[in-house]
Amino acid sequence: MNPTRAAIFALAAAPALAQAQDAPVLTVLTYDSFTSEWGPGPAVEKAFEAECGCDIRFVTAGDGAALLARLQLEGATSEADVVLGLDSNLVAAARATGLFAAHGTGAALDLPVEWADDTFVPFDWGWFAMVGKAGGPAPKSFRELTESDATLVIEDPRSSTPGLGLVLWLDAAYGEEAPAIWDALRDNIVTVTPGWSEAYNLFLEGEADLVLSYTTSPAYHLIAEEDAGYVALPFEEGHYLQVEVAAKVASTDQPELADRFLDFMLGEGFQGVIPTTNWMYPAVTPAAGLPDGFESMRPATTLFFPPEEAEARRGPAVEAWRTALSQ
Amino acid sequence: MAVGSGPPRLPGALVALLMAGLCLGTLIPLLLRTGEGGLVGADWAALRFTLVQAALSAGLSVGLGVPVARALARRRFPGRSALVTLLGAPFVLPVIVAVLGLLALFGRSGLVNEALGLIGGPRMSVYGLHGVVLAHVFLNLPLATRLILQGWLDIPAERFRLAATLGAPIWPLLEWPMLRRILPGAFAAIFALCLTSFSVALILGGGPRATTVELAIYQAIRFEADFAGAAQLALLQYAICGVAAGFALWLSPPALGGGGLGRSVERWDAAGAGARVMDAAWIGGAALFLLLPLGLAVLRGVGGLSDLPVETMGAALRSVMVAVSASVLTVGAALALALRAGTLAQLAGALPLAASSLVLGTGLLLVLRSVVGLSAVALPVTALVDAVASLPFALRALAPAVAEIEARHGRLADSLGLVGARRLRVVILPLARPALGFAGGLAAALSMGNLGVIALFAGPGQETLPLLMAQLMGAYRMEAAAATGLLILALALLLFWIFDRGGRIDASS
Repeated sequence: MNPTRAAIFALAAAPALAQAQDAPVLTVLTYDSFTSEWGPGPAVEKAFEAECGCDIRFVTAGDGAALLARLQLEGATSEADVVLGLDSNLVAAARATGLFAAHGTGAALDLPVEWADDTFVPFDWGWFAMVGKAGGPAPKSFRELTESDATLVIEDPRSSTPGLGLVLWLDAAYGEEAPAIWDALRDNIVTVTPGWSEAYNLFLEGEADLVLSYTTSPAYHLIAEEDAGYVALPFEEGHYLQVEVAAKVASTDQPELADRFLDFMLGEGFQGVIPTTNWMYPAVTPAAGLPDGFESMRPATTLFFPPEEAEARRGPAVEAWRTALSQ
Repeated sequence: MAVGSGPPRLPGALVALLMAGLCLGTLIPLLLRTGEGGLVGADWAALRFTLVQAALSAGLSVGLGVPVARALARRRFPGRSALVTLLGAPFVLPVIVAVLGLLALFGRSGLVNEALGLIGGPRMSVYGLHGVVLAHVFLNLPLATRLILQGWLDIPAERFRLAATLGAPIWPLLEWPMLRRILPGAFAAIFALCLTSFSVALILGGGPRATTVELAIYQAIRFEADFAGAAQLALLQYAICGVAAGFALWLSPPALGGGGLGRSVERWDAAGAGARVMDAAWIGGAALFLLLPLGLAVLRGVGGLSDLPVETMGAALRSVMVAVSASVLTVGAALALALRAGTLAQLAGALPLAASSLVLGTGLLLVLRSVVGLSAVALPVTALVDAVASLPFALRALAPAVAEIEARHGRLADSLGLVGARRLRVVILPLARPALGFAGGLAAALSMGNLGVIALFAGPGQETLPLLMAQLMGAYRMEAAAATGLLILALALLLFWIFDRGGRIDASS
């Protein structure tokens, strides 16, 4: 290449290079299924990058509950700017680490419970439920499930927010009787997976009759796959509610961008894709409302521990689970 | 400088100190962290599971190894030497590849379940205690067979001849006393190896019911950031491994001789057709049990090559770099310890067998993260931890060679005034080259296939091949996982071959 042509080439390429180098990078630590090709990740990335002039990078670390441990391990040296995918049951523990910074958003939320938190911003919510195939075993309560021979895949409450939700669900429904229920559930449980993705895959592969998931999971099969063959089982005890949250990491080197992302998170560009990508209720109902067939089952009773109470119950409840299942 | 005689001994003392620091000192930053701590009921259940699976694995490996070794000891057939060589291979076989092969045979959609499905039988699950034991027997039956075969071949042929002449029963006179001498040590060695099992339990364990102590350590760190709890579990692991290793050393059979397994013993008591059929069945069964899963893993891997994800190339490069760095570190440390010799060196060389790699890595990272970012040190720490983990095996390969060189040439070197570094350069290094190459190859191959500490810390774009493979298995992309496994296997064998060759080329000159 002669010098003149090289110079022209360099000049022509300069703006593109400069943009690629200068664009700030926002690192979002999240759970596996969020970034899968059918999850919200790709759509969210496209929509936010179109307006922020930045490069958004998703980093995964297993399921939701493992995110917190990962951040604690990394400490202040973490590259994450935002953590997305903790839930109401982990908020108090997350706050106690001191690794998160206040954000303070004023958006009005459409949640079935009160939520006032200046640090942890809800992005979606849902009720946990046992999901099975239409025509398969359909117990109407945990007690009936323990007495049936239906098989079940659940998630580890130490690594997965649905797993933790189930442990607190039983605690909320049965209190001191919960360990006995776990004991009786032991022979129904095929295996315990580290995350929701693994559990749901095992269920889809026919390894178990039921899987711990959400009341909205059948909507995925109905809407995305046009398959009406999946049902969420209504349980007489009521259903435990999960609120999924995101927060800014205190040690972030992109505080403005992180704030901007959290604001964007409650806007149409993010909330609009949640129902048909994350298959959860959006924290702010989009203008178009919820898609047809999304609410195939709405629980009559909601069970919920506010963050402080959930934190107080989490340790003993997880220990009861681990003790019962390790026998 | 060096007053007195002998090879340099100071580096060995330093390495021993370093090992103590790495294996025990790394517990300190974890114990200092606030955490829930305290061992609870489920931790004791993990301890119980660890002991039960190790006892079953060792018992079955040794129990099955007896008839296989006896058949190999008294039969001569084409391919026998290849089979005996193959019995040494599972040691460098990446555990995760072995597990994949077993899944292809016994897994949900494996051959056995397909066959059961065809005849309308119930499907079996490979997850849980029996799956963990199955994998451990697969990995350790070859070792057991080799140890016991050595015992058989150590019985002088004359005694069999004498017994035949006298018409005396061979079993109570020759075989049973030999087995009583060999079996406890073989059992204890395999028991100790199975105690710290991680990747087998990670993939084939099924929830809290099938959790080993090392897996509980992983969960405490990865799921709960409970560093103090992890350190306490690591101390528990030191205790049980210390007891097991003590037994293993106490009962240990003499070290494996390199040669000697090639011959078979002519026997007069086993000429009958029944005995022949039995022996053939044992050898055939063992060969099938070992080769079929491997064959399936390779076959699936070849079929999945087109599914390899784009990350494979980078992961392969990182794995090779980690393996080569680990190998260099291991060989350096093993050489220093071999030169030092004595109890201190032996202890330092055995310590990593009981250490928890995960705790070692976490301890280092907790210290380092105040200085540099986690992502900058994840791979170097992985190489260091791999190097520590391979040290006992490298030392075992190197120490006899160095001891022999010293025995043969030590006095001459002393009288010529060849001491210290000059003695190392002029006498020991050239002569020990084959052993150095072998030890380096062993360390590189072990590191190549090791899914350990990187499973805790890999940031984006830092996956090694074994981690990539585990992730693909978690996402049920079995074809791509098998292809990655094939790549791991090929690279492990290639690295082993290069190091081993490098040690032997021109070794005669």
